[in-house]
Formats: sequence, C-alpha cells, structure tokens
Amino acid sequence: MKQSLHRLAERASTEGLLDVAYASADSPFGPLLLAGTPKGLVRVGLPNQDADTLLVDLATRVSPRVLEAPARLDRARRELDLYFAGKLTEFDLPLDWQLSRDFRRKVLRAIARIPYGQTRTYTQMATRAGNERAVRAAGTACGTNPIPLVVPCHRVLRSGGALGGYGGGLPMKEELLRLEGVLAG
Amino acid sequence: MTELPPFQTLIDEHAGDVMAVCRGAVGRPDADDCFQETFISALRAYPKLRDGSNLRGWLITIAHRKAIDHHRARGRRPLPVAEVSEVAVEDPLPDEGLWELVGALPPKQRAAVTLRYASDLPHAEIAAALDCSPEAARRSLHEGLKRLREELT
Repeated sequence: MKQSLHRLAERASTEGLLDVAYASADSPFGPLLLAGTPKGLVRVGLPNQDADTLLVDLATRVSPRVLEAPARLDRARRELDLYFAGKLTEFDLPLDWQLSRDFRRKVLRAIARIPYGQTRTYTQMATRAGNERAVRAAGTACGTNPIPLVVPCHRVLRSGGALGGYGGGLPMKEELLRLEGVLAG
Repeated sequence: MTELPPFQTLIDEHAGDVMAVCRGAVGRPDADDCFQETFISALRAYPKLRDGSNLRGWLITIAHRKAIDHHRARGRRPLPVAEVSEVAVEDPLPDEGLWELVGALPPKQRAAVTLRYASDLPHAEIAAALDCSPEAARRSLHEGLKRLREELT
C-alpha cells in the first residue's frame, strides 16, 4: 500500500494535479508542517499550531487537492535544517505569497529582506510597507505570517527593544534570536 | 456547499477500501492500476465536486467504473486461463484465494459481491453503483454468493 501511495503522489505531481504538497519536518522546537504549491513554499506551520487545522485551511483557501508529498518539500526541509544548525543565513526558496494580501503582503515582503542576525521594529516595517502610522497593522501582518522562519518575523521587535509577540510562542522567538546572535546565549 | 476536506484525508480514510474493491473486481495483479486510476480520476474531479457528504461512496463508485473499464479493455485481449481449478478446495481458503474466485465471477455478480462485502455498501447503493434496480442488485449478489458457495464446497 505504501508503494501505491507513493506512486499516486508522483503521478498526481506529474499530471499537474498536486495543488498543495505537504510534509512534516523536524526542528529543535518540534515538528513543522511545510506546504508548497507549484509556485513555491506557501505555508510553514509551527510546532504549537495544529497540523490538521492548517491543512483544512489550505484546502479551503488554496485548493482541496492537498496531498502528502515529502519529495516536493525536500529543498525547504534541507534549508531549514541548515538554518537551525546555524549553517545557513539566507534562504533561497521560491515563495508563494497568495495567503497574504495588500498591506500585509507588503509588510511580509519587507520582513523577508531583513538580514540574518538583525532586527527591525514594527514601526520600521509599517514605514517600509508605505504607511508609517499603520504600526498595529504591521503587527497583525507579523502575527498572521503564513511562512514564518523563512519570512523572519521573529526579527521584528517593539520600539524600545521589547520582544513583542510570536505565533510560535515567545520562548521560540527568543531562541531564534539567540541562534542568530541577537540575544546573548 | 460543504467545504471539501484536504484530499489526503480521503486517501488516509478510504485507500484500504478502494484497494479492496479493486482487488476484488480486477484481481490482485491489476489492482494497483485500478487503484491509481481511481484516485487520479477522483483528484482531477475533486475541486468541482458539489456534494462532499458521501466521499467514500463517491470513491467506491469511481473504483467500480475503473474496474469496468479495465474489463472492457481486457475483453479485447485473449483471456488468460482461469486458475480457479488449482485452488485446493478442501483447505480453508485464505482471503486472497477467495478474492480470486470473486474475480472470476461474471461482472455484475462480481461487482455486487465486492461492493457488498469489501465496501460494505447497502443494496440501494450497490444498485446505484451498478445502475440497476435494487432487486436486480440483490439478485446479482445472491447469484454471485451461490456460485461462490458452489466453488468452495
């Protein structure tokens, strides 16, 4: 049966019927859920987020053709492994931005350009996205980031240096900033 | 409109049943082809499916159609010699042997037996899948079982 299912996923992919491929990946924080479309990585689920709920959400918002197909996420998994090992400072992955729109997408695209080991404030991100007064909206954009880690919303802090929030929980944000050398180990 | 669950859910929950239908209907060697065709067809049609309330029945029906396609295509090829007679009838038959016998039944009987016992469908759904009346479905099932009993004793 396992072989049949593997064959099915391969065939679905070659026939263009695999709209959303997903796989789980190990991380120091627990299992991540990775999901990709033919365009690129569309969703990263953090360990504290329920995988089934995320998949249902993808089925509703992207396409119900959601299949487990680990091979399609190999590259993302490899880059994340290297990142957690401190051996990769810049992701080189195609991204599919379709789960964020308008101002939020602008904010997230700006976040994607924050270099490894540096931080910005929510105000700076709001400004980059074209509206310096929309600080709260910039915070919401971070909070609803569909591709955390790869789009490094953990590098965005409050003005004055407070950590702000994080979808994966504050301890994870702190740990990531420690990994990147922003916070002292 | 009901929201459709991720397709993987259908595979996780119903792949075993679909495989059982395929094995029963076309035999073990060709079962995987029938299985692949069933899920690829389902996947192709899935986003436009209007009613997601009986996904299992939907998949079983597709599997049945694929099995019929398979037999039609095979009908144009010379039939391999039936291996039924080589089964040692005095031994209790393992499941596999039983399914081989089921596979040797005439198409309607085979389908009725498979849908009833591999897929656990009620008579009304078997009738719908076979596109016949419930009485005709019941008759096919009865004939098929009678024949299996004869083969087994």
